[in-house]
Amino acid sequence: MHEEFLMGNEAIALGALAAGVNVVAGYPGTPSTEVLEAVAKRNPGTVYVEWSVNEKAAMEVAAGAAYAGARALVTCKQVGLNVASDPLMSLAYIGVRGGMVVMVADDPGPISSQTEQDTRTFAQFAKLPIFDPSSVAEAYEMIQEAFDLSERIGSPVIFRATTRIDHGYEAITVADGADWRRTEPTGFARDSSRWVIFPRLSRANHAKIEARNARLSDELSSYTRNFIMPEGPSAPRVGIATHGISTMYVEESLAADTCPRLLRVATPFPFPEDLALEFLSGLDEILCVEELDPVIERALLQICGKHGLDVRIRGKLTGDIAPAGENTVASVGAALAAFLGTAPPARVGPNALRLPVRPPVPCVGCPHRASFYAVKKAMGVRKTVYCGDIGCYTLGNARPLDMVDTCLCMGAGITVAQGIFHVEPDTACFAFVGDSTFFASGITGVINAFYNQADLTLIVLDNSTTAMTGHQPHPGTGRTMMGATVEKVSIEAILRAIGLAVVETVDPLDHAHAVETVRRVADEPGVKAIIFRSPCVILAKPQATSHVDGDSCIGCKRCILEIGCPALFLEDGKARIDSSLCTGCTLCEQLCPVGAISGGERL
Amino acid sequence: MSDNIVLCGVGGQGTVLASQLLAAAAMARGLPVKTAETIGMAQRGGSVFSHVRIGDGAASPLIGCGRADLIIAFEPAEAVRQLAYLRAGGTVVVSSRPIIPVSATIGGPAYDLEAIMAYLQGYVENPIVVDADAAAADLGSEKCLNVVLLGAAVRTGALSLAVDDIRAAIRMRLPERFHELNLRALEWAPVTACA
Repeated sequence: MHEEFLMGNEAIALGALAAGVNVVAGYPGTPSTEVLEAVAKRNPGTVYVEWSVNEKAAMEVAAGAAYAGARALVTCKQVGLNVASDPLMSLAYIGVRGGMVVMVADDPGPISSQTEQDTRTFAQFAKLPIFDPSSVAEAYEMIQEAFDLSERIGSPVIFRATTRIDHGYEAITVADGADWRRTEPTGFARDSSRWVIFPRLSRANHAKIEARNARLSDELSSYTRNFIMPEGPSAPRVGIATHGISTMYVEESLAADTCPRLLRVATPFPFPEDLALEFLSGLDEILCVEELDPVIERALLQICGKHGLDVRIRGKLTGDIAPAGENTVASVGAALAAFLGTAPPARVGPNALRLPVRPPVPCVGCPHRASFYAVKKAMGVRKTVYCGDIGCYTLGNARPLDMVDTCLCMGAGITVAQGIFHVEPDTACFAFVGDSTFFASGITGVINAFYNQADLTLIVLDNSTTAMTGHQPHPGTGRTMMGATVEKVSIEAILRAIGLAVVETVDPLDHAHAVETVRRVADEPGVKAIIFRSPCVILAKPQATSHVDGDSCIGCKRCILEIGCPALFLEDGKARIDSSLCTGCTLCEQLCPVGAISGGERL
Repeated sequence: MSDNIVLCGVGGQGTVLASQLLAAAAMARGLPVKTAETIGMAQRGGSVFSHVRIGDGAASPLIGCGRADLIIAFEPAEAVRQLAYLRAGGTVVVSSRPIIPVSATIGGPAYDLEAIMAYLQGYVENPIVVDADAAAADLGSEKCLNVVLLGAAVRTGALSLAVDDIRAAIRMRLPERFHELNLRALEWAPVTACA
């Protein structure tokens, strides 16, 4: 055993390694990404680890491995679980042999996601046991227990953490590599009555799953991570039920002597009913302090109804806890004070000073800025719609570019553009997709649009990495998480194989050529593609910087107002470049009407 | 004894590394430590913060409003944005150099540095303003503002950590080729005892 200062996601990875995981597959997504990266980094050489093309592929790879008796881990964010839900819902009926844990990172807030969905609710829907840790240290232990439970019941289980655990750091005690469990997979045993899903098998297994979950509810009542903390000596006859990181916010807010009885639920499904009955006994009123869905609140209401208990259950459904958004120490403190009738924590008013907002924007030197600008200039005042997608380039919506009209989910830009085309055939429809998203779920959309005779321009923003989540490799990069150099999958070749007649590859930072290409290609019939290829500036680390010749600058502000580069600003009526930020991409140099900017070097 | 520290700035400025150095220094002293980081979309030039909690009694990685002992701000407007976390009598160490958001340069609500600094001075007694431009010029690098600020913060005496603890953390956590620059950066800010 030794102590390490670990990010929650690293702790989860080390826990999986300590549990003898054999196969790990996932798709990057904040706040889950570091789990798989940490497994790869700490891989003793015996673990197979891959970034799959998407979460569905990851789930199926892990399922196959677990069929063959391996311990398998899937990592994804909450919306990634939606992509993987088709295999997971069926896998819940089929089951596994080796332990299989689906690690899902939820994002209350949301801070970096499309939705605020709660994977605890998903687990109920999928009828799968779910673990919900409250700290980094607990996450490390709990994922090991999740593997054990999965193997014991022959079913995948879900392990869910939220941002403050995934991206929280703590010094925790972990096992030495020498003490990690060694799992020897037994191999796949053919048995079509078990592994081939047919309605008859599903009917039989459904009944078994319901019976198992009822049994698990009993068992989990004595799982030590579901627990009751007895009330303090001068506590009122009320109780607090909580879970996850909110447990810590409750702990921060209450003094030991007046702390009411507390129920901490680590397995919201199957819900530990017996433990809950013990908790409710003798209490008049409960406040459920939950983040995202009122899962515990509904379960307690159900239990009260089922057992005829006269206990008032309060929480999100009664308006005592905010129905949406992330909990904080302050929000939980205020809710507890209101519930207990104690003095509310000191509130600090909002700043009297109005600050300029600072939303995320494309990086200085980001090639996506040049790509969006080229399309914007090429299309001018023509009737257009710009469908965006998930990645750094969603930030193309920021002013002054304002080049993202829609963004829905991974890969949707292409098919949404197609849908708009079928209603508005006179609109020039564009779909922007990044390279990783193209591989993840863009290809089927292109085939759909091509086959169904749409007219749209596909713009692939190829920076040869998965940039938003921290630069993970993908099929187009020719690198794998096992460290191998492999044949790159060519985006051009895929598009041509689908049947697209026009597929052009352009450097977006060659502005005039990029604009000319967009103008020409957009007028071609059918589905056509432009691949804007230029490396992510964070990886390329260019050394040059551009500077403005103050004597030549006419102060027209075109460079500042047209492209929104964070390195450009106006000083004493002239454009200036912050040399500590500039990467010398030359985009501003190319659009300066008097050639006052120079010094950059195009990559 | 516990230290609650909010580090804040603009994505890409190195707040995460600074919080890691604080944590490593605390661990080397045998103190419990928890941190919460901003990782993800906001890192692309948006407002970011890290919370660092050193010592016993920290359950949550996030600090409650009005409970931070120290704010280390890498940018003036971001310092003001996080003031609600500061406890009465808490300390603020702030870089003097504004980073103007694109929203302001293209005609949105203006960035008024004077108003921001005046507000800060009115809210906190003696905020410690670190001249980032002078530091960069003296040190010959833009890349170590985070360590300059850490040096200034530790020398206020507001923390239970000493300059030696951060020095050891730099040697432990950073690649050797960056040691010399960062050790100079750590010493750069003048000694300023907090009120």
